[in-house]
Amino acid sequence: MARMIELHNVSKTYESKKGAPVEALKATSLHVPKGQIHGVIGLSGAGKSTLIRCVNLLERPTTGTVTVDSQELTQLSRDALNKARHGIGMIFQHFNLLTSRTVSANVALPLELMGMRRSEIQQRITPLLELVGLAGKANQYPAQLSGGQKQRVAIARALASQPKVLLCDEATSALDPQTTGSILELLQDINRKLGLTILLITHEMEVVKTICHRVSLISDGVLVEDAEVGDFFTAPRTQLGREFLNDFLELEPPRALIERLEEHPRANTHPVVRLAFSGDAVSTPLVSRLARDCSVDVSILQAKVESIQERTLGLMIAELMGSEADTQKALDYLQQHDLTVEVLGHVQRDV
Amino acid sequence: MSSAMFDLILKATLDTLYMVGISGVISALLGIPLGVLLYVTRPRQVLANPALNGVLGIITNIGRSVPFIILMVAIIPFTRMLVGSSIGTNAASVPLTIAAIPFIARLVEGALNEVSPGLVEAAQSMGATPWQIITRVLLPEARGGIFTALTVTAVTLISYSAMAGAVGGGGLGDLGIRYGYNRFNPTIMLITVVILVVMVQLFQSLGDYLVRKSDHK
Repeated sequence: MARMIELHNVSKTYESKKGAPVEALKATSLHVPKGQIHGVIGLSGAGKSTLIRCVNLLERPTTGTVTVDSQELTQLSRDALNKARHGIGMIFQHFNLLTSRTVSANVALPLELMGMRRSEIQQRITPLLELVGLAGKANQYPAQLSGGQKQRVAIARALASQPKVLLCDEATSALDPQTTGSILELLQDINRKLGLTILLITHEMEVVKTICHRVSLISDGVLVEDAEVGDFFTAPRTQLGREFLNDFLELEPPRALIERLEEHPRANTHPVVRLAFSGDAVSTPLVSRLARDCSVDVSILQAKVESIQERTLGLMIAELMGSEADTQKALDYLQQHDLTVEVLGHVQRDV
Repeated sequence: MSSAMFDLILKATLDTLYMVGISGVISALLGIPLGVLLYVTRPRQVLANPALNGVLGIITNIGRSVPFIILMVAIIPFTRMLVGSSIGTNAASVPLTIAAIPFIARLVEGALNEVSPGLVEAAQSMGATPWQIITRVLLPEARGGIFTALTVTAVTLISYSAMAGAVGGGGLGDLGIRYGYNRFNPTIMLITVVILVVMVQLFQSLGDYLVRKSDHK
């Protein structure tokens, strides 16, 4: 597939008057194919905001090249860059709507900047407001709208110049969960209807899970992981990825159990494991097989099943009760069946 | 009150309005752009230029630190060159304008500073040029603050214009001093003060109305 966004060895260093320069983004390469929704997730201060602002050169990278739609932005003149920016829409965490303009005048702004005629602008605005579900609000001011409605106006505004790329800078972070859902639905809708390529940054796994095709994990200015969303949610490769996933799934063993966990097995202990399974393994009756084939009793402490887009992900925290040989056999059995098995520790048999 | 006295007061009122009007309009025309320039040349702004910003800042500060009564006398040669005379309402309008320009500029700069930087960033992401950012984002968004600035300036000009008598500028302040104080006529003194108070009230009300009308926050 054709590449729509291409960052090559992009880094950004901020010179500060006091102290050492801060390297917010280290040499980073990222490719987003046409029509894809790519998420970048990371904690605050990880450099995700710098990354997305480098794409339309709101931040000029210290090194590296940025190419959008086969046009290398980093070597354009100021005027040419402004023209290229008409092809890149952007929405923001705090919406950034002009308070002095009505909804329709806000949507008209990028078209005015392009020098489009007033009559033409009017024709463009109505379908856009319909697309984002705000047809009746054209003459209201942003202050009269809710957060979700403001973001819808911002989306209509970003789409007005018919861009090929949409950048979303924490676009749902200021919204409540329900509104977040409806905005994500709208973004997905736009992606499908208009074939728009979307790059978004977020700290919310929910956003990634709901609409992204692919996700990158950023930490300390470095992209540490890059995976299909289904893979990322079933088997993150990095410790940070696992932490994000565990926080999101809220799957931690009960506190009382954690206190009793010992690192090494002893006589009279048995392992506590975290199991993650996807694909065929979800529909296999594993627990009863462990009991039958390995003579191991399984005590389920926590379990949940998540749908990650088209895939199903099962997660379980369980104690495997049996002799040491039998539990080892059970672990091998699980691994053979493509489960991700993590031994969290060992607990003493009923105290 | 004799009709001569009435004519005197009417003329003084009109003189004051004339001086405030002329200097207000001209200083707004020059002060608003200066305020914009002071703001957009700041570091990290759309036309960041530390050297120019520094120079403009110093000039503005000098303009604001010279006491008006001294400014009025000090620029007499300049006034004479500009309006051909150093006395009269036209002559008095020159120092009033000069004093008001940096005053407005600083207030406008402050009003622009209240515009959320996110809006400028959004406009930049849409490919706006610095000129478009100034005319379509900064100025419209700061409209309320700019009306406030102009109102404060108009009120200040009314009180400054009272000193215009020092260069034979006429106006209510001059009348109050000459008739009310020097000739010890408390009635005249009281009338001029009352007219000035009413004038300030009217300007303030008009300004407040414009601010309210432009505020959609």
